[in-house]
Amino acid sequence: MWIYEKKLQMPIHIVKQDLRVAKYLVTQYGGPDGELSAALRYLNQRYTMPNKQAKALLTDIGTEELGHLEMIATMVYKLVKGATAQEMRAAGLGSHYAEHRDALFYSDANGNPWTASYIQAKGEPIADLVEDIAAEEKARVTYENLIRLTDDPELIKGLQFLREREVVHSQRFREALYLVREDMVKYKNKYEIDNVEVKDMFKDTNITPKDILE
Amino acid sequence: MHKANQLMYKLQELQFSALEVRLYLDTHPFDQKAQQDFSTLTYHIMQIMPQVEQYYGPLLQYGYSKENPVRWIEEPWPWEYKY
Repeated sequence: MWIYEKKLQMPIHIVKQDLRVAKYLVTQYGGPDGELSAALRYLNQRYTMPNKQAKALLTDIGTEELGHLEMIATMVYKLVKGATAQEMRAAGLGSHYAEHRDALFYSDANGNPWTASYIQAKGEPIADLVEDIAAEEKARVTYENLIRLTDDPELIKGLQFLREREVVHSQRFREALYLVREDMVKYKNKYEIDNVEVKDMFKDTNITPKDILE
Repeated sequence: MHKANQLMYKLQELQFSALEVRLYLDTHPFDQKAQQDFSTLTYHIMQIMPQVEQYYGPLLQYGYSKENPVRWIEEPWPWEYKY
């Protein structure tokens, strides 16, 4: 169950129309590493996530991503608001106008519609969490690219906030991955594995057990 | 800054902090400092929420707000705010 809260996670101050930036920004709405992909990926993976911390995290981060989806939508909506067909055409949004007029639509910067092939659910916690970490890093890079493509200080502020959230989510998913690995060692049967080398499972993390377990 | 904006901004700050601590608690459930921060933030959010709602109408669809439900359909919606 979800309940809608009639506010944004953070205020978005955009006063100037900027169609070119809107065309790029929409990729974080409906592109491969955008907020829709993120929310749907996490909220879908949680059903088969066997670890309780990771299950909570997928629910909470998936929900926050829906809030980010609304922030991106607000930015695009405000950047496009009031544009004429000719203005949209001049900014490379002519085909968008033909299909959607000034409505928002889930597509990437080139107008390709969102597809479920952007996301995966492998049904195995390490595979799924590693995908989630990669997704957060790719989203971080997309925000860094978008920040370089605009000079509106207010828009940059919003994009920097969203970039930082990706960094935090990535960190939390790394911790969840650690906890899942630890869980796998403890309860081998539950995970259908027999011989797990504990050292191997942790060698690529810089997290120590003390960071996680009290 | 107008009083209404100020209150909304404060609420956004508090809720953001609470969410940040929530995510931290998901992977560090027994961290006592985080538990304490979480409950302090929750307290402050519950204090400020009715004040914000006096200006903005109910913020939550149902079940939590004492504001007049008629105000739910009032504009602006979050994507329509002008600052």
